[in-house]
Amino acid sequence: MDDFLVRALAAGIGVALVAAPLGVFVVWRRMAYFGDTLAHSALLGVALGFLLGISLNIAVMSVSLLMALMLLALQNRKQLATDTLLGILAHSALSVGLVVMAFQQDVRVDLMGYLFGDILAVTISDLLWVWGGGVVVLMVLGLIWQQLLAITVHEELAQVEGVPVLRTRLLFMLMIAMVIAVSMKIVGVLLITSMMIIPAATARRFSSTPEQMAFVAALIGIVAVGLGLAGSWFQDTPAGPSIVVSAALLFLVVQLLPSRR
Amino acid sequence: MTDASPLVKATGVDVSLGGRTILDRVHLSVARGQIVTLIGPNGAGKTTLVRVMLGLLKPDAGRVERMRGITIGYMPQKLQVPENLPLTVQRFLKLACDREDAACEQVIEELGIAHLLRRPMQNLSGGEHQRVLLARALLREPDLLVLDEPVQGVDVTGQSELYALIGRIRDTYDCGVLMISHDLHLVMATTDDVLCLNGHVCCSGHPESVSRHPAYLELFGSKVADNLAVYTHHHDHAHDIHGNIIEKQEHDHG
Repeated sequence: MDDFLVRALAAGIGVALVAAPLGVFVVWRRMAYFGDTLAHSALLGVALGFLLGISLNIAVMSVSLLMALMLLALQNRKQLATDTLLGILAHSALSVGLVVMAFQQDVRVDLMGYLFGDILAVTISDLLWVWGGGVVVLMVLGLIWQQLLAITVHEELAQVEGVPVLRTRLLFMLMIAMVIAVSMKIVGVLLITSMMIIPAATARRFSSTPEQMAFVAALIGIVAVGLGLAGSWFQDTPAGPSIVVSAALLFLVVQLLPSRR
Repeated sequence: MTDASPLVKATGVDVSLGGRTILDRVHLSVARGQIVTLIGPNGAGKTTLVRVMLGLLKPDAGRVERMRGITIGYMPQKLQVPENLPLTVQRFLKLACDREDAACEQVIEELGIAHLLRRPMQNLSGGEHQRVLLARALLREPDLLVLDEPVQGVDVTGQSELYALIGRIRDTYDCGVLMISHDLHLVMATTDDVLCLNGHVCCSGHPESVSRHPAYLELFGSKVADNLAVYTHHHDHAHDIHGNIIEKQEHDHG
């Protein structure tokens, strides 16, 4: 196998492994659109990163986190419904990002690469980001798993029982921002949430515990990466979208399976 | 047996949300071994008061003091586990306390939920659901038990059983209980004190005296009257300012 394919596979598996356990929470907490908004704002991060000459990963993470905090603040004012706010934030951030990029004429940006990912061009340093960031996220998630589960079931009950609700929610947002930052190069900002949601939704039917669902989702994500890359290798399809198409097909197939009950 | 100092005490609590006054100078205290029941019509601020007592909501004015170091068991009014979250009853209970010992067994035994442990949370009947929630509150070995409509969705026989169980729990665990109820007659036997709430405290005291209190009768009597007034009938005529009948104009357009 060629080197670049090995790197692509390693990066894709890394993304699948870390996106799945976060993805199950995104699904349980009905935050799919929230994840999408953070991902959209990642492009603004890229633009600002170029503008300020700082690490793109850091820039993307900061912007995503800032968006999350802004959303929290707006939500507390309760004047607009959350989905409206998300729609405003997502598309404004994406557009501002594109406008800022257009102003920097000396920088040539591969826009398609950021929007849809360029997994076949993954470098060793990208790999280090994916796996390094992934390990950090998984460790933090492991530490707060129980608390995050408790606030997902009932936030006020968890608070009465002593769970630090605000801290847990902030950490969860931070982790999503981090996953978006490190996997942007792999699947792109427009497709990253699908790597969280589709495997998680597919895993639901095979799971009877929360942990099982996260584990199965990770496996499904890995299979989708493998299938997508194979399609890209043999049929020359775009790699990022092929991975998402594979995940979607797996989801469909699972829905067609006869119910066990 | 009742401690002199209350487990939780609210003094002159005011809460207004979105410009509407929900609670107006409310006083309430719960002592160890005491069962206090909040009653009142919908929108009377019962749940708001409970949230203030739990520290989930900061009052605009007034003070809430909780005894230092007490454990609170809370049973929220509504708890719906997301449909796509696979969670068994056992796992749900473990979120409150991650241990398996005699005390846990005893709670599960007492509430008769042993046969439910492996069931998904989404697959419980109303009564089973409420008993599981109560179990989770009890597993924390609470000093204070706060129950927001503990018998909702439970059939009538189940309701009185559940109230009797809450009474026994108070004796076994020697805890204070603050609960919300709709039906004074059902809780009458269990509760020590009743607080009739409608934005402000209408009346409070022992259940028998509250049930005869003019403010209670007015509140719940008037509710019944409202129910009768809800009976809608379409007039085929209207009155002019002097009380004379005038024909409706819309027939002309018919």
